[in-house]
Amino acid sequence: MSATNTSTRVVIEPVTRVEGHGKVTILLDEANRVTQARLHIVEFRGFERFICGRPYWEMPVAVQRLCGICPVSHHLCAAKAIDKIVGVDQLTPTGEKMRRLMHYGQIFQSHSLHFFHLASPDLLFGFDADPAIRNVVGIIQQHRDLAVQAVLMRKYGQEVIKATAGKKVHGTGAIPGGINKNLSTAERDALLADAPQMLAWARSAVEIAKNYTLENLEKVKDFGSFESTSLSIIRDDGAMDLYNGGLRAVDKDGGTIFDHVPNDRYLDYIAEQVKDWSYMKFPFIRSIGPDDGWYRVGPLARLNTCDFIDTPEAEEARREFKSLTNGRPNHMTMAFHWARMIETLHSIEKIIDLLHDRDLQGTDLVARGQRRREGVGIIEAPRGTLFHHYRVDEHDLVTMCNLIVSTTSNNEPMNRSVRRVAEQYISGRPQVTEPMLNAVEVAIRAYDPCLSCATHALGQMPLEIELIGPDGGLIDRGSKG
Amino acid sequence: MSKPKVATCSLAGCFGCHMSLLDIDERILELVDLIEFHKTPLTDIKRFTARCAVGLVEGGCANEENVEVLRTFRRHCDVLISLGDCATMGGIPALRNFVPLEDCLREAYLAGPSVYNPGGDVPNDIELPLLLDKVRPCHEVVKIDYFLPGCPPSADTIWAALKALLSGEPVELPYQLIKYD
Ligand code: SF4
Repeated sequence: MSATNTSTRVVIEPVTRVEGHGKVTILLDEANRVTQARLHIVEFRGFERFICGRPYWEMPVAVQRLCGICPVSHHLCAAKAIDKIVGVDQLTPTGEKMRRLMHYGQIFQSHSLHFFHLASPDLLFGFDADPAIRNVVGIIQQHRDLAVQAVLMRKYGQEVIKATAGKKVHGTGAIPGGINKNLSTAERDALLADAPQMLAWARSAVEIAKNYTLENLEKVKDFGSFESTSLSIIRDDGAMDLYNGGLRAVDKDGGTIFDHVPNDRYLDYIAEQVKDWSYMKFPFIRSIGPDDGWYRVGPLARLNTCDFIDTPEAEEARREFKSLTNGRPNHMTMAFHWARMIETLHSIEKIIDLLHDRDLQGTDLVARGQRRREGVGIIEAPRGTLFHHYRVDEHDLVTMCNLIVSTTSNNEPMNRSVRRVAEQYISGRPQVTEPMLNAVEVAIRAYDPCLSCATHALGQMPLEIELIGPDGGLIDRGSKG
Repeated sequence: MSKPKVATCSLAGCFGCHMSLLDIDERILELVDLIEFHKTPLTDIKRFTARCAVGLVEGGCANEENVEVLRTFRRHCDVLISLGDCATMGGIPALRNFVPLEDCLREAYLAGPSVYNPGGDVPNDIELPLLLDKVRPCHEVVKIDYFLPGCPPSADTIWAALKALLSGEPVELPYQLIKYD
């Protein structure tokens, strides 16, 4: 693949060990210097259009079919928007707490899945390990205890979802204005029985991620990293709140850009730029503009935006995390993993608190109000801030649907990480090797992108790398395996 | 004797069927003793390098790349299974079949309330595979040997089907395991 007179195009496709389908292209000049590196979302579904004309109460069950990895996030976010349509601003205590329990179950399972099943092979075996073992089967074979822990942590989160939503994937628990079931004492006791073990494992997962970061600090500090704005929703008192809150954005130094923005005003603050080479749009903060207004979302961003965490163990972990950067925002892409495990710990603490709350056995499940024409719901999905916005006509049919999914907000950041790693690992080298390509994927995986979600305008994500020469000709296709 | 190989892919699906496969929970430890995962999003094997006993396909075909991947699966797998409602009949993504594709693109990239698109461009790049006018179920593109309905099929359904296939028994699933959502 020497490319003396031509430029070279490297393609990684499909991107693997991520959720969904994507593709990376890297262009090299005569001296094998990277001139362009892009992550493309190659699928399109058209949800926002074809969902129009359907009755509004279908939204929580229909729109979650965007994504089977975080269906609960879409289920709840749509339900929050539809609550507004049915005129409900405040759920009953049972309604709100059942939904929160479902949500923390989702965060717990999704974060566990990502860390153990998808990302840990890179961390435990190395970015450049043999691809034949660098996967979850390798973990099962060589780190049996960890694999068992991974499987059971994910299972626990799924059981929480089943107990609250009725089904592990694509449940039906949230309905306009509330929830369709409470938690029986039998369900509660079964979940409580396993909770101490889950708490212990979540603690140890934080240790694994923390130690990985600290022991490899020299390597991970700059790996695909850059300074950025962070965005999330936040509780009124500045606590991390994954279910409800106003929007907060902080700049790279931690300074406030906006704060406690009511959900229904999001359009005044956020817009999405269209680029012709990806089905995934590029969100940005309006006041800063399309060029520099991009921002990060997800676990790393949430640890940068929140003032504190309201559960004791996760708060202690957060303080330790912050001390690495002297209290300032952390911009290390690989620190996503550590942040994600802190949230996993937070989620199980929240689950345990909720399970002890008698409101979950309440029978007042649904609130009612005056019908409205429009509703916005915003939630912190495992991968970041998620927006659902609907308008409904007098026949109860949806006339407008706007979705900004979490991974979309990380589009520009992921592209920056891809470019950084391509420059760090590939630029100027005589040959493009599999480990170099995997390094690019490692940076993408840190964001835990859900390319299924991103496909809603709907793309999916296989990863392939192609090398293109200066004349635009395909020189080599660096696929793996 | 080497273990039978299993490949999986997600075409125009949501990954929920793959999640349901992972919902076999502890049985996955048993599964990796029985089979070897070949090309699947769970491993970094990106191209077929060996013949597979079973291929599980999630999602229908929405673009030319889905068609290409599906044909590759047919060529390399002895038994091909449509996993879930999307693969079996198009599922939710096939709702777009009732709307002109152009309208879907216009809503997503031009008309949406948060769209910023002064140039009026709709994504159109050589890197993006051509969209099909309609979303097609897999059996309209290649021969499919088995269909597992459900959105997603339950973990027990997937497990029962795999176990039967791998042990050479007839795949006869009890009524309770055959469900559409
Ligand atoms: S059948 Fe259901 S779970 Fe499976 S890919 Fe389609 S929408 Fe997702």
